[in-house]
Amino acid sequence: MAVAAAPAVPAKRKELSQSYWSLVWYRFKKNKLGVFGGILLIVLYVSFALIPEFLAPYALENRSQFVEAPPTPIRFVDEQGRFQAPFVYGLERRVDMVKRLRTWVPDTDRKYPVRLFVQGDEYLLLGLIPMNIHLFGIDADPREARIFLLGADALGRDYLTRILYGGRLSLLIGLIGQFLTIVLGMTLGVISGYYGGPVDMFVQRFTEFLAAFPNIPLFMALSAAIPNYWSPIAVYFMLTIILAFLGWGGLARQVRGLVLSLREREYALAAKSFGASDRRIMFRHLLPGTTSHVIVIATLSIPGMILAETALSWLGLGLRPPLTSWGTLLQDAATIRAIRFTPWLLWVVPPILLTIFAYNMLGDGLRDAMDPYSGRG
Amino acid sequence: MSSTTTKNGRIGDILLEVKGLKKYFPIQRGLLRRTVGYVKAVDDVSLYVRSGETLGLVGESGCGKTTASRCIIRLYEPTAGQVFFKTRALSPDGTPKMVNLLELSREEMNRVRQEIAMIFQDPINSLNPRMTVADIIAEPMVIHGKYVKGESEERIIELLRRVGLRPDHLRRYPHEFSGGQRQRIGIARALALNPSLVLCDEPVSALDVSIQAQTLNLLQDLQEEFKLSYIFVAHDLSVVQHISDRVAVMYVGKVVEMAGAEELYNNPMHPYTEALLSAVPKPDPLYKSDRIIMQGDVADPSNPPSGCYFHPRCQYAVDLCKQKAPEFREVKPDHWVACHRAEELKLRGI
Repeated sequence: MAVAAAPAVPAKRKELSQSYWSLVWYRFKKNKLGVFGGILLIVLYVSFALIPEFLAPYALENRSQFVEAPPTPIRFVDEQGRFQAPFVYGLERRVDMVKRLRTWVPDTDRKYPVRLFVQGDEYLLLGLIPMNIHLFGIDADPREARIFLLGADALGRDYLTRILYGGRLSLLIGLIGQFLTIVLGMTLGVISGYYGGPVDMFVQRFTEFLAAFPNIPLFMALSAAIPNYWSPIAVYFMLTIILAFLGWGGLARQVRGLVLSLREREYALAAKSFGASDRRIMFRHLLPGTTSHVIVIATLSIPGMILAETALSWLGLGLRPPLTSWGTLLQDAATIRAIRFTPWLLWVVPPILLTIFAYNMLGDGLRDAMDPYSGRG
Repeated sequence: MSSTTTKNGRIGDILLEVKGLKKYFPIQRGLLRRTVGYVKAVDDVSLYVRSGETLGLVGESGCGKTTASRCIIRLYEPTAGQVFFKTRALSPDGTPKMVNLLELSREEMNRVRQEIAMIFQDPINSLNPRMTVADIIAEPMVIHGKYVKGESEERIIELLRRVGLRPDHLRRYPHEFSGGQRQRIGIARALALNPSLVLCDEPVSALDVSIQAQTLNLLQDLQEEFKLSYIFVAHDLSVVQHISDRVAVMYVGKVVEMAGAEELYNNPMHPYTEALLSAVPKPDPLYKSDRIIMQGDVADPSNPPSGCYFHPRCQYAVDLCKQKAPEFREVKPDHWVACHRAEELKLRGI
């Protein structure tokens, strides 16, 4: 028995001297759903924000004659029933005289094998490395035949490519916007809570003003204030700033509330008694006590940011073409005609839902891991 | 202010002198936060501490002991009064001089704070849970730009050893320690900058009795070794007796009596001190308590009684006590008391 007990002692010791964050990590790891959400988010961000150029078979603005082509299924069995390596049929143009519409039907005479790591449009991987290898594609002249896993849009552009590229702006607007929100909300929250008095009064009334103001008209006013000669990238950053500007109030209030209780702790007084500056007390002693709370709130409110971008762009108030985001893609899908004749344009919805689910799972997991009242375990 | 103002002619020997210190907290009501009155938490406290000695500051809960000690180091800005402290931090050549802390600028006050350290009551709350022991003890040095890599780390280890902790505790977090150990960390932090005065705000009242004795002994050893002066705030007279050279007794924001510990315990001159002393438990099962039971409640500091604040509860009170507040005066050498009848009463000590 003594032999078995011996190694247990140092192990326990090691666990005892873990910091708060390693304890949080230890508890988080036990939450399967939270970990799954985290992994899903990493996969989403890597594929949509980092390397969409590589994953997409074509370049973003690569147009073709295949206007509104439906999704082309990858086939393993040809028309004679023979099993083959994966391939797609070429597309043949027809005109539906009844509907007076151009349609595309598979041309079973032309078969193009689907390959991995094919050469195609040039791009810069991560904005640095020039490459022309794409994850998958077909061996064919792009003027003659293409692979459209999720169909094509009104300009004959591959819709999968557009969803992949569009994710970059939509996912990053959530992260960057939330980052700005955290910086603004935490700074103003801690100042408001620490100094109290007139400063607190001003900050709190200002957040109330923002919260009471109806959102859509405010968005419209702020978006209208963006000059239309600005470059799309400047518009993008302006929109991020607008979203952050409208979002920091709630966070500032929560941080203020926490700081109000933390500043009465004796360790804050102790720092003051040793001559610490206000800045040191605020940012070294008070803010770290609020981080766990802020991280949870931030994680749970990133989906709100992403949805806000999507909704605004859908309304035509946010990003505008040629910028491609999930919001602008939704705008294309938002007509009765699109839903009736090109329903594949709705494929932009699943990635949005997936992202939001993933953030919520991660946020719930983090909250359980950081909540001191959830019990050790 | 020159040193001629010090008492007893022990010029230059006095490290800290507090005169007429007051701290009133406003009571605000209503939408417009109108001030409707004041809580006189500290109302005319005068005391002094000589270098190398311990002044015990005792009184009931809520009598303003903690507030007074926090006013001395300006954690709260006092409403009125003077706090003279002999400091080296403000003169370029390091010669000690008496300064009124309440007249210093923020920046000057922060420099003086190197020489006045504080030990807090609650060992759980007074250490930042997100910092390691090493960071906690290093913090005063970092704040005053005295942290030198290597050298300071050695000093921190030395301090840890000195307060009875092990060097391998350095990388741990406060929650991994017992109450007594945490208080030792707080003591090590207080010593980090070699202060001359340490304000101990009930440092043992949150600890077990067995740990209390250890911690008190440690504080006494450190005092001898580092030539420290203490202001030792407590509500427990037996604890104060164990550690203090002199004792000041507070009642509703005022110091009512201050004398050498021996003298005060044997020969109290204020009726409140007598009542407190009669409540000290004696380790003798056959002892028959003749404890003085005071009538009434502690006076309300937002609405204190007229004259002497203690008169409604005092068994010796006369008419004068209701009309006139007694002056805090030196009745015998080094024995100060605020009572009209100090000379005529023969009070019982321990």
